[in-house]
Amino acid sequence: MSDMALEIAQQVRAASVKNQPLHVLGAGSRHFLGRAAYGATLSVAPHRGIMAYEPREMVITARAGTLLAEIEAELDAGGQMLAFEPPRFSEASTLGGAIASGLSGPRRAYAGAARDFVLGCRIVNGKGELLTFGGQVMKNVAGYDVSRLMVGAYGTLGVLLDVSLKVLPKPAMSLTLRQECSAQQALREMRELAGRPLPIDASCHLDGQLHLRLSGTPQAVAAARRSLGGKEMENGGDFWTRLRHQQLPFFQDGHALWRLSVPAACGPLALDGDSVIEWGGAQRWLSTDADAVLVRGMAQQAGGHAMLFRGGDRNAAFHPLPDGLLALHQRVKRAFDPHGILNPGRIYAEF
Amino acid sequence: MLAALREFLPADAILADEEALRPYECDGLSAYRQLPMLALLPETVAQVQRIMRLCHELRVPVVARGAGTGLSGGALPRQDGVLLSLAKFNRILSIDPLACTARVQPGVRNLAISQAVAPDGLFYAPDPSSQIACSIGGNVAENSGGVHCLKYGLTVHNVLKLEVVTAEGELLTIGSDALDSPGYDLLALLHGSEGMLGVVVEVTVKLLPLPECVQVLLAAFDRIENAGQAVGEIIAAGIVPAGLEMMDQLAIRAAEGFAHAGYPTDAEAILLCELDGGVEEVAAQVQAVRQLLLRSGATEVRVAVDDADRQRLWKGRKSAFPAMGRLAPDYYCIDGTIPRRTLPQVLRRIGELSAEFGLPVANVFHAGDGNLHPLILYDASRAGELAQAEALGGRILTLCVEVGGTITGEHGVGMEKIDQMCVQFRPTELALFHAVKHAFDADGLLNPGKAVPTLHRCAELGAMHVHGGRLPHPELERF
Repeated sequence: MSDMALEIAQQVRAASVKNQPLHVLGAGSRHFLGRAAYGATLSVAPHRGIMAYEPREMVITARAGTLLAEIEAELDAGGQMLAFEPPRFSEASTLGGAIASGLSGPRRAYAGAARDFVLGCRIVNGKGELLTFGGQVMKNVAGYDVSRLMVGAYGTLGVLLDVSLKVLPKPAMSLTLRQECSAQQALREMRELAGRPLPIDASCHLDGQLHLRLSGTPQAVAAARRSLGGKEMENGGDFWTRLRHQQLPFFQDGHALWRLSVPAACGPLALDGDSVIEWGGAQRWLSTDADAVLVRGMAQQAGGHAMLFRGGDRNAAFHPLPDGLLALHQRVKRAFDPHGILNPGRIYAEF
Repeated sequence: MLAALREFLPADAILADEEALRPYECDGLSAYRQLPMLALLPETVAQVQRIMRLCHELRVPVVARGAGTGLSGGALPRQDGVLLSLAKFNRILSIDPLACTARVQPGVRNLAISQAVAPDGLFYAPDPSSQIACSIGGNVAENSGGVHCLKYGLTVHNVLKLEVVTAEGELLTIGSDALDSPGYDLLALLHGSEGMLGVVVEVTVKLLPLPECVQVLLAAFDRIENAGQAVGEIIAAGIVPAGLEMMDQLAIRAAEGFAHAGYPTDAEAILLCELDGGVEEVAAQVQAVRQLLLRSGATEVRVAVDDADRQRLWKGRKSAFPAMGRLAPDYYCIDGTIPRRTLPQVLRRIGELSAEFGLPVANVFHAGDGNLHPLILYDASRAGELAQAEALGGRILTLCVEVGGTITGEHGVGMEKIDQMCVQFRPTELALFHAVKHAFDADGLLNPGKAVPTLHRCAELGAMHVHGGRLPHPELERF
């Protein structure tokens, strides 16, 4: 429960003088994501603890090494939640890892992603400087939005120290409806429902079944239930938790696991392998042995991108950037980390 | 330069004489005025690219402008620069009701999007007060909010993709039609970047289904503290209102005199609470909020009886700014955000500052998200009063930072709050902003001199840096 900011900044400063690459490490539970890290280990895990939580402000501020489980338990006690439902790949998963990887769970298409809830942060840049951006308030347009830029940057722009997040009230109730249908029917249904004012906050097509989670006030859920019909799933809550944390058998079947992020309204993708559709059609998991070029090409053609999540050649985990954007990324990286010492090569080989 | 421009722009897209340039000399913050060297009104992306390439080659600064409704002087022209108007980019390119998205040009007015998609049962959520006139490109540049952003978010939460022309004339796609993109979240970075990083030439927005039912409650309070308490109680009960607005007595009286909304003019504060959702859901929430308001000491709670009544209640709030014209010849609108719990303390302190400066201040507050708009009343025809109003505004913004808030919630820094940036940020943080700018615009040609002060300027001001409520001398009494 201590503030290690000065020690961490000191370590980064020392490394920057020597051009020593640093591998920024929290719990290591997201280690498998992206390209392999190298360099001297900079451990952020000891920098932990919830710094401020006031349910009436709808904001929590915690150090990056704080366990996600601890944060979510604290919010739960306050009747609130992290609405972006960050996946945890181990009980040791930290807040810093969740923000650095920027992943979001089943509610993402309906409530927003990790980046949508970040209000402010304190970081150490590649020069070892302690910097604070954003704040603990809902609206803040002073300066560039560096806080949101940290989300999904895999620690390559700065070492996350403290993060402030907007939190939302937990819905008074949730229930899950389930019906048999094909992927094509499920995609159509997801889109038709997305255009109607229904309290749907998660959708998933898995094993020939469309699952819809209704959440909100008892009145809202009851009204939607009447309007939609269908069967209520027992242990629906458990299903979404296992989907969120990738504990369903689908995620552990030994093939390469791809995450395809595509325009929600695009139809089924003609790729071999098993798939799970989430986020109203916008996120598709694919378990396949298909060629990487084919998978990427299909995602790109649909207007999206594909990330190799587990298995396969992790050196090319992320979808390649067009030249102009790659050059811009390299310049942005240099703005934060002129010596290129923070998690170099973690996203792309070029930086 | 003119000759080169005439090669690819029609004559009426190039404005060079003083009379034609006059409409571009200021944006919504008319205290700052400057005629540009040239104003250009391209109508294709290719023309914008050629303009940027030419300006880059000749090292001519470019200030992009949408509808010019901004309140921080972000679109103030440069005497030695081009004013790039995107007014001709005013078409909605496509609407996809199944994807719940619309692809629009940057000059499209905010409200026009919601109007165009209403037949599909959809709307575009962020609704700044100026939504009749302000353009979506400007909304992106400022990351505009509105009265519904506690529930529906800011512009950054409701945009999927941008087409951006860089300082060097390169066309980049930032974001995508999917919910995320590989690499850094440059889409977030561009929102609120005040035209410093690129020129937005196309925006793909996210659309939401129109709620089935909307209801508004009005509560009157004889103590500001009770109104603040009520806001906390509503949030604590797990209710996220679509809108939650507070006005203090001076604002209530001005608005009532102007709009005849039926506001109780003897109240110290009123709260307007909008709830939306399903019919039964809203009915239940109205009852719950009503109880919470009464328990927090509301002296009166009214529920709009019909749509017309609801519109009337909102009309008062929405005309709060123009209504100030009844109280004073001029007003200066401040835009700080504070943690909600500090509201009573901040309003007390603003009252003291108002007395000290001898200028009345009316307060309008987006209570749900802590965004405070003190309106300083003054008379510009009296020598020195504008300077006094600006000085008072500066003190109020410093106060916002001192209580853990920020100098701008939704209006942007622009020219107006550039000195207060020295209060909110340390030199190392400002240096990083400059480095980010440099990554996008190495020659500093896009909207130079706005949004981020030079370190030199801050040093000259000698401003006291306060951060996160931590003052240099916490032992001193300041409130």
